[in-house]
Amino acid sequence: MSASDTGEALTSGDYIIHHLHNWTVGEGFWSLNVDSLLFSVGLGVLFCWLFASVAKKATTGVPGKLQCLIEMTVEFVDGTVKDTFHGKSALIAPLSLTIFVWIILMNTMDLVPVDWLPMASQASGIEYMRVVPTTDLNITMGMSISVFFLMIFYSIKMKGVSGFVKELTMQPFNHWAFIPVNLVMELVALIAKPVSLGLRLFGNMYAGEMIFMLIALLGVWQLPLHFVWATFHIMVVLLQAFIFMMLTVVYLSMSCEDH
Amino acid sequence: MNLNATLLGQSIAFAVFVIFCMKYIWPPLISAIEARQAKIADGLASAERATKDLELAQASAGDQLKEAKAQAASIVDAANKRKAQIVDEAKTAAITERDNIIASGYAEVEAERNRAKEDLRQQVAVLAIAGAEKILERSIDEAAANDIVEKLVAEL
Repeated sequence: MSASDTGEALTSGDYIIHHLHNWTVGEGFWSLNVDSLLFSVGLGVLFCWLFASVAKKATTGVPGKLQCLIEMTVEFVDGTVKDTFHGKSALIAPLSLTIFVWIILMNTMDLVPVDWLPMASQASGIEYMRVVPTTDLNITMGMSISVFFLMIFYSIKMKGVSGFVKELTMQPFNHWAFIPVNLVMELVALIAKPVSLGLRLFGNMYAGEMIFMLIALLGVWQLPLHFVWATFHIMVVLLQAFIFMMLTVVYLSMSCEDH
Repeated sequence: MNLNATLLGQSIAFAVFVIFCMKYIWPPLISAIEARQAKIADGLASAERATKDLELAQASAGDQLKEAKAQAASIVDAANKRKAQIVDEAKTAAITERDNIIASGYAEVEAERNRAKEDLRQQVAVLAIAGAEKILERSIDEAAANDIVEKLVAEL
């Protein structure tokens, strides 16, 4: 359904800007994107409820179909974590599972036709509604910054404060005179990790969503194109979730290792 | 597109979900998976053991069968030998018995013939004497007899 079909006097630009506008409460930094948080937390709760209900009834005998699906996911994540992260940690694997499934769920919101939920919310009086939480930079950066803090936490836990500081100052040139140079280089490398982690997911999903909107402006021709792009986008949805999880594990295992 | 407090909200939600996952989702699922893996490994191992046992049992059954066959063959052989032996023995015994019977028959016949001969001889003697007496009664010649008597007297 394109904007011109709705009969409203909307230009293509207005249509896209409308769809990219968050339902925001508050002013300045202390404002909240209610729609992003609503969908993100809702999908997180869905994940927790689904997995916890299966985990509660988990049988060691012949599993049901849902349990099989859940266990396949768990085993996949567990295998990936075991391949990459060689230390022992009770946090990394559940963290990876949460990231993987939650991001898949949030990305999958992209496959809901772009107009359905915004128009439904508009009809019920809410002006702006963005459905895909991962197209909101706050959401992806929120996760990647959490991962960043975990990286610092693990670095200090494994190597101590002095080890962490040494890592920032004595590499790659192991001489006191190079400390400022080292510090700049290492800090850039360190900060680039969460920034690239969050921006990668955001950029991919934002671009995908944008293309859905552009296709939605095409009139009747949008139907086959939507199908083709959605099919392709399934891969992006899974791949980006996997990449985010994988990089999280890699970064955390790098933090745990001594150089 | 500005960063705002949503970021903090998302971080808090993220932490809550991760902690929930760590407490209530991951441990039961992974322990169920590991328990099942152990079960399957046990099952596979026992299946392998059973296959090996079956092979061993089949081999030992074959051995036993062979042994039994050999035993049966040796029993049949022994029986045959024994049969031949018994038949031989019976034959020998029968031949001896026959010979004995024949010999005793001969002996009996001989004895019977001897007795008959004796009887006949006695009867012939009696008959001869009787005949002689009858002849003597009829044709005794006192003169001739006197000769003989005289001769006998003379001899005394």
